[in-house]
This record gives sequence, C-alpha cells and structure tokens, in this order.
Amino acid sequence: MPATDTDRRLQDPAAPSRALATIVVLLLLWPGIKWTEFSPAVLFDPQNRQTIGHFLGTFLPPNVSPEFLQLIAKSTLETLALATAGMALAIAFALPLALIVAGSLSISRIGPGPGRGGGNLLRTIVRFVLMVLRGIPEIVWALLFVRAVGLGPAAGVLAIAITYSGMLGKIYSEIFESGDVQPARVLLESGSGRLSSFFYGILPGALPEIVSYTIYRWECAIRASVVMGFVGAGGLGQQMELSMRMLNGGEASTILLTFLLLVLLADAVSAMLRRVLT
Amino acid sequence: MRGSYWSIALGFVAATWLSFHYLAIDLSALFTVKEATRMAQYAASFFPPDLSASYLARVAQGTAETLAISAIGTALAAIAGVFLALPAAGYFGAVVRAGSKLVLNFLRAVPELVWAAIMVLAAGLGPFAGTLALAVHTAGVLGRLFAETLENTPREPQLALSDAGSPASAAFIYGTLPGAMPQFIAYALYRWEYNIRMAAVLGFVGAGGLGQMLYFSLSLFQQRQACTIILAMLVLVAVVDAASAWLRKRLVL
Repeated sequence: MPATDTDRRLQDPAAPSRALATIVVLLLLWPGIKWTEFSPAVLFDPQNRQTIGHFLGTFLPPNVSPEFLQLIAKSTLETLALATAGMALAIAFALPLALIVAGSLSISRIGPGPGRGGGNLLRTIVRFVLMVLRGIPEIVWALLFVRAVGLGPAAGVLAIAITYSGMLGKIYSEIFESGDVQPARVLLESGSGRLSSFFYGILPGALPEIVSYTIYRWECAIRASVVMGFVGAGGLGQQMELSMRMLNGGEASTILLTFLLLVLLADAVSAMLRRVLT
Repeated sequence: MRGSYWSIALGFVAATWLSFHYLAIDLSALFTVKEATRMAQYAASFFPPDLSASYLARVAQGTAETLAISAIGTALAAIAGVFLALPAAGYFGAVVRAGSKLVLNFLRAVPELVWAAIMVLAAGLGPFAGTLALAVHTAGVLGRLFAETLENTPREPQLALSDAGSPASAAFIYGTLPGAMPQFIAYALYRWEYNIRMAAVLGFVGAGGLGQMLYFSLSLFQQRQACTIILAMLVLVAVVDAASAWLRKRLVL
C-alpha cells in the first residue's frame, strides 16, 4: 500500500539522523565490549555467586562490638588527621608556587626590561610541574609513597600534599590573576617588592575565594583519604581492605556506614564554614 | 567578617598541629641526608621509562582496556541513570520518588574503589569487574543529575501531547526528552572525563586496566615500567579531556 500523506506526517523527521548517530556510537563502543571482557554470565557462575553471596550475607548485622568500634574510631580519626595534615602541607607548597606563576605579580611584564624571558620560562616550568603533580591521581602517589616511606599514614599525607598542591597551586594562581589586579600593579610600579604587593594589593581581595576553595578541597581530601588505605596508606580504607580480604561482611558494613557518616559530616562542616564566610 | 577569618585560621592551625601530633609523623626524618638520598635514588630508579616496542604494545593494550572500562561503564551508567531518574523525578508518585532517591544516594555514596572490590568478588578479577563498579557508582551520580534535569525541563509539551491522546511513553519521548537530552549528554561526557581517571586506578584492587599493570610492576620492583604506565595515564587523561571538550562543544552548544 502506498504511503498516504497522513502516514508521512506521522513520521518523525529526525528519526534517520538519530538512528545513524546511535549506530555510530554502538560501533565505537563495540571493541570496548571485547576489551572489558564483558560477560554478565560470570555473575551467575556458581563459584562467584557463592563467594559474593556469602560475603553480602554476613553484612547484616554490622559488627558493633566495642573493640571493633574502638578500632574504627581510631581509623576514622587517622583518616581525618591524614587529610588535614596533607592539606596543610599542600597549602604550604602551593602558595609559593602560585606566587611564581601569577602573572599579575610579574615585574618584568610591566614594561620592557631585563628578565622577561627568564621569568616566562620559570612560569612555564612551574606550571608544567603543577600539571604533573595534579595529573597523577592521589592514590597512585600513595602507592608510590608506600613503597618509598613504608606502609602507614605518612604515605597518605605525602600523597595528599603532592596532588593537592598541584590543584591548589593552579587555582590560587588563577584567583590571583582574575581579581582586581590594579592595586598590585600600582604598588609594583611605585617600587614595592612582589611580596608586599601581594599582601597589600592582591590578598585582601582574593582571600574569600581562596579560603572557600581550600575548604572545598579539604572536603575532597577527606573523601580521597577514605579510599587511600586500599593501597596501604593508613586510615579507614586500610581497615576496609583487611575486612574485605577476609570476607568479613559484618566488619565491612560497619566501615561502610562510617564512610557514609564521615563524608556527610565533612560535607556539612564544609558547607557551614563556607556559609559563615559569605 | 574579619573575626570569622581569624577563627578559621586559628582552628586550621590547631587542627594541623593536632593532626601531625596524632599521626606521630616525624617529617623532619624525611629530610635527613640519608633519607633524602634514599628517596632520590628511588625516584631516579623510575628513569628512563621503558620504551621498548614490546612493552609499549602491552601498555597500549592496558590503555585500551582502561579506555573501554571508562566508556562502557559510563554508557551503562547513563542508560541505568535514565531509568532511575524517571522515578526519582517524581513520574511515578511521591513514595516511589523517595525510594529511588534513597537508592541513588546509596549507589553514589559508596566509593568506586569499594564497589570495585565488591565486584571483583562477584565477577572475578579483570576489567569486567571494573566496568561494573564504575557503572554502578556512576548510575547513582548520573541518575541524580538526570532527575534534576527532568524536573527543570518544562512539562507543558508532554502534557499537551498526552492531552491530545498520545500514550504516556510517546508523550515523554517526544515532549520532554528532546529538551533534556543535550543536558543528559553533557553530564554523561563530563562524567566520562572523570571516570577515565577512576578507571586508571580501579586496577589496584584487581579490576583490570592500567592500574592493575601499575600495581604489578611496582610489586615486582619494575620502576622503569611503572614510569611508562604513569606517563600513559597522563597522556590518556589529556587526550580524553580534549576529546570530551570537543564533543561537548559540537553536541551541546
């Protein structure tokens, strides 16, 4: 039967192009199916089902024996301390690096003068270093430091310090450049040094943003330290790894609940601090 | 105003001191000559990276695996996310809505690495476990974002269609979905960018990809090989960032 006008009007005019886009996406994803060894059947493999069934079966009730809770409380404190100590080091590393990178504090950029090429080169190098520091995930740094300084929270602190100094350094330098840079420039032009131009020309305007971004990153650092223990860098993650390896579901569920509480708490504290400041 | 800054600064200094005290880390021990030489030697053992053709081929395979884990994981999560977003946006009543929001929050709150450790038990070692772990966590993230998008998309076209007699599914697909789709795609791409970083480390618990190779090579004290893998991670992340930014510009704006 030939298509009537009504049939044609009922057709979706965008259908062919949409179908084509879907097919292209599916073709692109196809090799991925092979590479990920995609096979839902393994989920129903009797042995796997027994392992996971046994593990999840012991999740309830959570282990709340006093000794275990004490251990968890200790690990939680360790996680918090790890994130905070790491952040403190990160700020200490990031501030000087950001001061080097920020173009708004460059004396050689004000007018034609000596040292311009050198300054630009230094800035490029530091920018590249910051990129590498934050480009490698914190947990990879943690794994590297566990091999260098041994198991325990020291590796985690260093990992947080390294990754977050890369992130903070970049954002700090952007904040120093994005605000009102006139005051700093006037100070520089009238002959004051870089540090005093920074403290009197830039910092007063940039402080709220700096503080609120740092608090936000502290919250991220807590989330990161929670899992960092999986590679042996201390804190709650390390307990989780032990409990999972021993297939102790009751302990795992207690730790999981502590994770959730800790993240919620960090969320709330960070939101509160930032609200107080704005 | 000024007072609150001072109190935050003071609190921060106190928290830092307490933290170092509690962890009993002696950082000065790291800066002794002996320790510094040892660290420098360890760092130097990573160079030069192993760039032999046979090893590069293996790293390329690991990179492809990581890319596939992130892409398939995110795609599965996007599909699941749409189906979770419908109830969470209130399409099936308030009770179902509260329930599905709870499910989404739970999926999202458990970190990817923990999901990966669980999936390794459920599906065995290998990239499939990593894919499932990313899919489950990301479904929680995308489901929430999709639900918010659906709530912010005007309902009128869909209401007009269903008032005119089209079935509910067609009314949704032709009335609401076209308005929400660009935002869905943007969120999924953004999340893919993030997931490629996760996919690179999920292997630490045995879930395949570059992370698993890195873990093995460091355990075998093959630092030069580890350096190649870390370089591959950096390149992969940079390439995916660029690709995703390009796609987002083409598809959404």
